[in-house]
Amino acid sequence: MNDDWPLFEVFIRARSGLEHKHVGSLHAADARMAVEHARDVYTRRQEGVSIWVVRSSDILASDPEEAEALFEPARDKVYRHPTFYAIPDEVKNL
Amino acid sequence: MTPASSGSAVTLAPAGSRFRHVLRLADTSLVLGQRLGEWVGHAPALEEDLALANIALDLIGQARLLLTYAGELEGRGRDEDALAFLRDAPEFLNASLAEQPNGDFGQSIVRQFLLDAWQREMYEALSRSTDARLAEIAAKALKETRYHLRFSAGWLVRLGDGTAQSHARVQKALDALWRFTDELFVPDALDEQMAACGIGPDLAALRPRWERHIEAVLEEATLERPPAQRYPWHGKRGVHTEHLGHMLAQMQHLPRTFPGATW
Repeated sequence: MNDDWPLFEVFIRARSGLEHKHVGSLHAADARMAVEHARDVYTRRQEGVSIWVVRSSDILASDPEEAEALFEPARDKVYRHPTFYAIPDEVKNL
Repeated sequence: MTPASSGSAVTLAPAGSRFRHVLRLADTSLVLGQRLGEWVGHAPALEEDLALANIALDLIGQARLLLTYAGELEGRGRDEDALAFLRDAPEFLNASLAEQPNGDFGQSIVRQFLLDAWQREMYEALSRSTDARLAEIAAKALKETRYHLRFSAGWLVRLGDGTAQSHARVQKALDALWRFTDELFVPDALDEQMAACGIGPDLAALRPRWERHIEAVLEEATLERPPAQRYPWHGKRGVHTEHLGHMLAQMQHLPRTFPGATW
């Protein structure tokens, strides 16, 4: 039965104000069922307050063979890191 | 809250009646939860396996709260485990529909859908009960039941409006199980007594809403509503179909073989 169902990627928001994070994938007949399955598979221990699902086939992934062209140019640009600032202790989730 | 401190209308009803009334609700959840638990490891897909187990655990959770309360009303020192595992079939007061065998996935979905829709009406009404403890339990269970109904109604539509085979199977299950639905809405003396003091709802008054919902989902699922069958089933009075005893044998055999066992 699973063979007939497309794969969905699941994203869960752990708390209000946080972003949705990819938590895994599952099989479902359609998007509505995917949300219900995600609820049962990935939020059983109160992991989330919001669920996104998207068909895995709708995700366009970068090509590992292009990794050098895509990511190498950033390597020598340390000035892009925000390491020149002191971060106050009170700031969470940064 | 202790039973004695509940509202004045509540104290007018004898504790023995209230005990049996709460047992009816508790046993229906317990038996249905145990039935769903039989699916674990056998569901058509991993995701459905988890979904059915989740619903089963919700139902058993409801049963635990209700059985604990029933034990307090009875006042003979029986806790949830004693009531769940040390009673025989004639002492169980669940609706007969809950004990019907799983059959195929479609049959389990039909049974679930009919009972989810009933429990939603029941818990909604009971959340306004004059019995504050019962109202609290019902309010919690209502949230769970709304999700159960969404799940079972969703599957009923998929199967009914699915392939020729899935349609034929759920229609057959619906025709077979429909006769057990009358019991859910035909009040007996105990139901009337509970309704009179505002503890329980007027069962007959719940029926029109239940039927409207059932009909809407059946229409979407392209399924035929079976004709009315006025056969009175008496699960709630302890008269059961032959299926309950077999189910209880499996459910109870461990705690009866090893009393007080822990792990």
